[in-house]
Amino acid sequence: MAAAVEFRNVARHFGLVKAVDGVDLVIEEGSFFAMLGPSGSGKTTCLRLISGFESPTGGEIRIFGEDVSRVPPHLRNVNTVFQDYALFPHMSVRDNVAYGLMVKGEGKRQRLEKAEEMLELVKLSGFGSRKPSQLSGGQRQRVALARALVNRPRVLLLDEPLGALDLKLREAMQDELKALQMRLGLTFVFVTHDQHEALSMADSLAVFSEGRIAQIGTPAQVYDAPRSRFVADFVGSANVLPPDLTARLGGPARWSSLRPEQIRLSADGPLGGRVTALRYLGSGTRVAIQTEGTELAAFVPAGVPLPATGDQVRLSFAPEALNIMEGEG
Amino acid sequence: MSRAPAILPTRGAWDRLTGLFWRRPGVLLLLLIALPLLWLGVVYLGSLAALLLQSFYSIDEFSGMVKEEFTLSTYAELFRAQNVDIILRTLFMAAAVTLASAVIAFPIAYYAARHAQGAMKAVCYLGIMLPLWSSYLVKVYAWKLILAKEGILTWAAAGTGTSFVIDGILSVPGLSSSSLSTSPFGTWLVFVYVWLPYMILPMQAALERVPRSMIEASADLGANRGQTFRTVILPLALPGIIAGSIFTFSLTLGDYIIPQIIGNSANFIGMAVYKLQGTAGNIPLAAAFAVVPIIIMVIYLTIARKMGAFDAL
Amino acid sequence: MHSERASLGLKIGAIVALLFLHLPILLIFLYAFTTEERSYQFPPPGLTLKWFGVAWNDRPDIWPPLYLSLKVAAISTALAMVLGTLAAAAMSRTKFFGRDQITLLILLPIALPGVITGMSLRSAFGIMEIPFSTWTIVLGHATFCIVIVYNNAVARMRRLSGAIAEASADLGANSFQTFRYVLLPNLGSALLAGGMLAFALSFDEVIVTTFTAGQQSTLPIWMLNELVRPRQRPVTNVVAIVVFLVTFLPILAAYYLTRGGSETAGMGK
Repeated sequence: MAAAVEFRNVARHFGLVKAVDGVDLVIEEGSFFAMLGPSGSGKTTCLRLISGFESPTGGEIRIFGEDVSRVPPHLRNVNTVFQDYALFPHMSVRDNVAYGLMVKGEGKRQRLEKAEEMLELVKLSGFGSRKPSQLSGGQRQRVALARALVNRPRVLLLDEPLGALDLKLREAMQDELKALQMRLGLTFVFVTHDQHEALSMADSLAVFSEGRIAQIGTPAQVYDAPRSRFVADFVGSANVLPPDLTARLGGPARWSSLRPEQIRLSADGPLGGRVTALRYLGSGTRVAIQTEGTELAAFVPAGVPLPATGDQVRLSFAPEALNIMEGEG
Repeated sequence: MSRAPAILPTRGAWDRLTGLFWRRPGVLLLLLIALPLLWLGVVYLGSLAALLLQSFYSIDEFSGMVKEEFTLSTYAELFRAQNVDIILRTLFMAAAVTLASAVIAFPIAYYAARHAQGAMKAVCYLGIMLPLWSSYLVKVYAWKLILAKEGILTWAAAGTGTSFVIDGILSVPGLSSSSLSTSPFGTWLVFVYVWLPYMILPMQAALERVPRSMIEASADLGANRGQTFRTVILPLALPGIIAGSIFTFSLTLGDYIIPQIIGNSANFIGMAVYKLQGTAGNIPLAAAFAVVPIIIMVIYLTIARKMGAFDAL
Repeated sequence: MHSERASLGLKIGAIVALLFLHLPILLIFLYAFTTEERSYQFPPPGLTLKWFGVAWNDRPDIWPPLYLSLKVAAISTALAMVLGTLAAAAMSRTKFFGRDQITLLILLPIALPGVITGMSLRSAFGIMEIPFSTWTIVLGHATFCIVIVYNNAVARMRRLSGAIAEASADLGANSFQTFRYVLLPNLGSALLAGGMLAFALSFDEVIVTTFTAGQQSTLPIWMLNELVRPRQRPVTNVVAIVVFLVTFLPILAAYYLTRGGSETAGMGK
């Protein structure tokens, strides 16, 4: 069976700017796929290439096996939850949700019924006759979601869907989106610059950097074994060790990464250093240690005794925790 | 339930057309811009070209017919003493009107931009916008009523014992006349009145852009009100004042109704154009006269652009 | 510290300027009721309502210019709405070659003094030997009305979320449906406001018209003739009131249609 979305060497250049440059990508049907990267890395352009608001300047895009290079956005059975929601200000919530069905010619009774069902699904029943301007940010987001889902799209695209919400709401919505995706069995593709969001929600993710995919894989793969310094740094702030230090610790003379939570403070260890700063994080404390010309961070879980700033400590870790990266990176 | 296809079928002509617009955005753009561009290109630019063309023709002195041959003699006629007089008079009037408008506009623009809040802001907005859009002729007519010898101004001056002010104005050499409505002073006053909103709006827009913190910073650094005004507010408002002056200057240059109704019937550029093309039937000279404000405005705009006035438009 | 509190001088200056802008218009109303028809005597020696009756019944010379003005304003507005909306829709799209030049071309008819537009058209009619008619007047009026509609539409498009047209397409609407169900309802009031302002502007225009009308008389031209050679002065005031209201009411309506945004109507005149 064909993948939900497939990119083959896709490029989107704006003059000299290579917004997307040579991207290969396969998104399996039913997966929750994240495109992660800093702003300007090409992730949003990739999303717009799927919806059809951008056209590739090179390569090929397939949706469920079909080449979409000549298919305009309105004929792609793909729907988007826009970053600023883009609700129609002149329509009621109910008409907003029913819009996709209306333009496809569905009867009035039927489409309003389906709209009401969808509003129920996103826990907004009873809000149908309000105008978007009378809703809170979180409610607007649910309307945008219902408006997209009512069309039963084969792929749902979400552009920074939680970006405008405050922290608490964002966490609640993360769980809800995940549950909704499992329940509907739909393919979700979402764009985010927040690595926590990507790691906690996605089945697989692609990390973008400068128009290219830096790494693609499951959250565990990307988190535990970043392939480059960029990924190590962007996804979860790992320690990056230069080649000479990697070699001294028993690895090859290449760049490597080491997660803070994999470092233990102990009486004996291969590395010694001085504590320069402590940062309390609730579930534990992040300890900054100056060692042999490199600053490393170690995560000390709550309950474990803490050193004081200025203390000399030794560090140890399991040999397999040292992740050797490819090339200079 | 079977799933919908990933690609929906095309439903008709509009869908196909939408696909075409999507694949070739230039097609839609062309469809949209073609008519307006055609209209403005043919009607407006075509007319401007006709104006230029006419200005290079001349009038046959014997038959009074237009000679359709290229010549600069029509432009040379502009340099006759009486025509130079007309151009200088118009320029002087435009400058005087612009200067007065700037002075009168400043308090209201400043108040509307920096002090008016809520309902007061709406009052200021409508208060400036309504006179701007009100009928031009009605406004001019209103001043004919006001300035008439037997009108309200004379009456009010007599009532308050200030008739000497009007008499004083009317005895100034160059402004002398039997009443304000036939004096160049009246012409100037009505010009100021009619074009004032065009000065207020850009000025207000420029002043609104002066950040409050900058004024506070100036006060914080020990400047008094006068110093803050001179060294901070005025330089920042200058582009707005220049933008406004473009309107007042250009509008005065081209107007011929006001000097015809209020004033001593001295010729202005607009009146010359109107009379020449109408009763005199000298379209080439009228066209050449109409080119004069264009040249003056091009020079004016070049200077204004150097001073950054276009950022405030 | 209230370094920005309005000083008394500033307030007085602002109020004086506002009064200066508004009081003169009131006199037009007052003089429509005066009993004195040969001069502008103030205060009026007596008040009467008879001039309204005279204007209605005994001055047949008022009606043809009124009809002509209404006709010209209606046709010009309709043309300007189509052309201005099309131009605005084109210009709201992404940058393209020659965009700035086209913007300038749209603004030019209102930026240059009316006498130049008028004389240009007059020159063109002369060269092409086009006789004066209703259509020569319309040609001029529609040209400077385009920018009014254009400005209103562009301002509204700028305020609308750019994504709503995309959202519509995303949900399966073709271009026609997006225009019909999303763009038109959101632009409608701005276009209406633009149309009203264009109507007011055209109904009132005199400078360009004198060059394009030939022997025809629009209401402003009729008024101009009355100003130069007065007959029954208060009748002119009655007509002036009509002209004032026909322009004033659409302007007020346009303000209410577009208020609440930086776009409010009229900045473009």
